[in-house]
Order: sequence, then C-alpha cells, then structure tokens
Amino acid sequence: MDTIYIILYFISSILFILGIKMLSSPLTARRGNVVSFTGMAIAIITTLSSVKYDLNSIIFIFSGILAGGILGLIFAKKVQMTSMPQMVAIFNGLGGLASSLIAFSEILNSKNSISFNIISISILVSILIGSVTFSGSITGFLKLQSLITGKPILIPMRNYLNLLLLLSIIGLMIFTFLNSDNTLIFYILISSCLLLGILIVLPIGGADMPVVIALLNSYSGIVAAFTGFIFSNLALIISGSLIGASGLILTRIMTKAMNRSLANVVLGGFGATTESSSTEISDKSYKSGSSDDIGSLLEYSENIIVVPGYGLAVAQAQHSLKELLDVLVNQEKNVIFAIHPVAGRMPGHMNVLLAEANIDYELLLDLDQVNEKFSQTDVAIVIGANDVVNPAAKLDKTSPIYGMPILDVEKSKSIVVLKRSMNPGFAGLDNDIFYNDKTIMLFGDAKDSIDSVTKSIKELS
Amino acid sequence: MNNELYLILIFIMAMLLGYELIKKIPPTLHTPLMSGTNAISGIVIIGSILVITNSSDLTVNILGFISLLLSSINVFGGFIVTDRMLEMFKKPKKKGDK
Repeated sequence: MDTIYIILYFISSILFILGIKMLSSPLTARRGNVVSFTGMAIAIITTLSSVKYDLNSIIFIFSGILAGGILGLIFAKKVQMTSMPQMVAIFNGLGGLASSLIAFSEILNSKNSISFNIISISILVSILIGSVTFSGSITGFLKLQSLITGKPILIPMRNYLNLLLLLSIIGLMIFTFLNSDNTLIFYILISSCLLLGILIVLPIGGADMPVVIALLNSYSGIVAAFTGFIFSNLALIISGSLIGASGLILTRIMTKAMNRSLANVVLGGFGATTESSSTEISDKSYKSGSSDDIGSLLEYSENIIVVPGYGLAVAQAQHSLKELLDVLVNQEKNVIFAIHPVAGRMPGHMNVLLAEANIDYELLLDLDQVNEKFSQTDVAIVIGANDVVNPAAKLDKTSPIYGMPILDVEKSKSIVVLKRSMNPGFAGLDNDIFYNDKTIMLFGDAKDSIDSVTKSIKELS
Repeated sequence: MNNELYLILIFIMAMLLGYELIKKIPPTLHTPLMSGTNAISGIVIIGSILVITNSSDLTVNILGFISLLLSSINVFGGFIVTDRMLEMFKKPKKKGDK
C-alpha cells in the first residue's frame, strides 16, 4: 500500500480516537461525534481513491452508498428515543452481516486459497462472529420489539446443544483448510453460525437485554478488526478494536450492576430460577392511593427522588415527567433522579430519555452518588421500575437477583410506586417495597398517572 | 510475516487504548457511545468497496454491494442518530428564578 494511504488511514484512526475521547463529557460529545464522522469520511475517500474502477464497480459503489445513506438517514430521523435499544441492535446486526458477506466474497474471490495463514483465519473468524452478531442481534431486536416473547425461551439441554454446534462449526472450519474448493461447506458453515446466534440469544430474558446488546456491540467491533486483517487495513483494525473494547467494558459494567457473571447471563440461568418464585402470589396487603393523595404528599415534601425504569420508556412518559418536575421545582422542592445502570433496555437508556424531555443531566445521579441521599429524602417516586429497587437483592439469598446492587428507596420517609398493576414485573419477582407501610401504590399507565399527579398538585396550589 | 505481526500488535494496542478511553465515559453518555461506536463499526464499508473493486465476478459484486449498502446504513444512520441524541444533552438554560 502506498505510504500516503497508510498515513491517511492513520489520520482517520486518530480522529476516531479523539472523537471517542470527546464523548467523556456532554459538553464536547456532540463535536466528538463530528470528529469521528470526519475520520470516517477520510477513510472512505482514501479507499475510493486507492482503488481501480470499471463502470460496474462505479455503479455498485455509488448507488450502494447513496441508497444506504438515504435509508440510514430515514431510520435515524424516525426512530423514537424509547426504541434506541432496537435501533442499536439492528445496526449491530447490519455491521455483523456486512462483515460476514465481505468475508464470504473473499472466499469466492480467491478459490483454493484457504490455507493456514492470517488472512484465511480472519475470513473464517469474520464469518463466525459476523453471522452470530447478525442473527443474535435480530433475535434481540425481535424480543425488544415484543415481536417474539421477551421471556426466556428455554430449549431443553440448550447449553449442550450450543456447545455441540460450536464444536461442529470449529470442525467445519478446520475441514475448510483441507477442502476449500467446496463452496457448499461454506453455506453449511454460515447457516450453523446463524443458528448459533439465534440459540444464544433466545434463552435470554428482556431484563438481561442490556448485557446482550453491549456484547453484540463488542462483537461488531471485533469482526470489523478481523475484516481489517483480511485486507491488512490499519483503519479497520484500529477502529474495530476500539469498538470491541468499548462493548466489552459496557458488558462488564452491566453484569457488575446485576451482580452476575457474563457466563451466567449467556447460559441463561435467570429465567429458569424465577419460574418458581413467581408462582407464590402474595396475599400481603398494600395501600393504593389516588393521584390527589400523592399530589398532597408531594405538596408537603421537600426532597424528592425519582426512580425511573423501563415502564417509563414503555409509556413514553418522559415528557410528562418533565412537566411534573417543572411544577415541583417551581415550588422550590429539590428533585433529583436516581438512575440504576440496568434501568431500561440498554446502558444509559434512561439518561437519553430524560435528556430528550429536556431534563438537566446534572440532576441524574447514578447508584453510588444517590444511595446515601435516600435517608434524607421525603418521597421516593418509583416509576415503572421493579428489580432495581427490590430489597430481596439484599435480604433473600434464594432470590435470583440476590447480590445485585439496588437503589435504597426504602430508606426514604415515604415511597410512591407508579405501576400498571400488581402483576410482578419483567423478571417475575415480587417486591417487598410494594407492601411497605410507607408505600402508596398508584396504578395505571405511567404517563396518565404522572399527568394526573401533576394536575392534582396544580389544583392544590 | 513481519507485516502481519505488526498488525496484530496494533490490534492489541488499540484494544488497550480503547479500554482506557472508554473507561472514562460517564454512564449518562453510554447510549450515545453505543450508537456512536455502532456508526464507526460501519468502517467495514472499506472492505465492501475493496471487494467490489477487486473482482469482476457478478456474484462477488452483488455480495459486495449488499454489504456496502448495509454498512452505509450503519455509518450514516449511526452518526445521525448519535448527533440527534447528543443534541439533547445540551445544558438547559437556567430559568432565572431559583
């Protein structure tokens, strides 16, 4: 490769690094994204100027970029902030599929050349990770979009099945070294990899999706790096490994926030253990209140902490929450938001939703910052969250969420829980918070409930 | 062989660098981080271009075209949606009476 191209690819890699670095503060983040985009533009232009064209390739390349750009623009403009996990899942999948198609074309392109070298190995690894990323992401998307059930789908002996599948994939790969002029074997290989991706994600429950999305994010980076090895391309290798590292860190943050190992999430022990605990429907008594009760409670409160969860996202209640916040702040009350790392369906999901509603990000505190504040809090308002405030995580050793760090809402003077009904949440766990003497339940859609509380407060004052 | 060795070393260094960089990103920006890295993983668009231009075989070209289309969606969609999100993270103007 010419020196000038190497330098240009290197510059684009540096721009990616700077762009990601600028994401470390909300003040510089938006410019950082532009910096990364500039890096991408340089990489694409460099590639376009380094290759030889014929008429066919010109048509293919420019129509592809144009159509992809338009489709991307439409998706990006249309998607709702509540659906960001789905969007990221789909995009991970697209990246994975693109990489495995590239790897497959390289096989067709250079028949008989599979041998024991870095290029061939990268091609095979790209096919494996790319296909798993694609089918896993699509399965995750279907779950998030509730097109298939979000509950874990448990196939008997699934872990042995997956292991067997993985071993046969590795076997097939070794076989390709011996017999690479047979394209049929690659079709079998790709189908097996696609099946593996589906089987890995199917048993994982909706509440564990943040982990899966972060992990697949990481895969989409690693596969880009392997694509880089196929073409000995610096920009692909560097940016791919940056993304790979990013996804791995997010995965670790998520599993830590649930006090579980990655193996535990992927092997899917979660759904299996919850079945039993959800069957014992509790006959404990709880207090349910009207929006007026809660309005007057808030009227006499000074310090308020809001704990948003996925229910807020489902009800699209973020803008209503902002209205309530404005009313309370006007009455000179201190309102902050407690964000658990696994609230929502992907890392940082709640933060984006509240930012969308124009809520100052400095009011959003994470687990470590906020937990000491509950003891000085008059009211904790839990909106569509369950597991992240469930004291069973501390007290009940048999609980599947035992050991998960939680938000200590029970330390505040009173608790308000906005919930659709008394049905246990996504994980199917009962929550002692609901039966606490300090707790008032307000049933209904989160958005309607918040709106009616806001109305009550306005009428009171 | 040496060339390949360098590439592997670069891969490892970039992973370590990525680890240090991303560790410092606050949880509040994790969603934009994911969609932003998503956009960057569209860099495989380079691979698609190389596939198309390296071959005159129609099947290969079509596969290359599909992967080019997908990775362009990734690139443009990813950067635009990230920008849309980050725009919301501006500091809301303080309303005078506090």
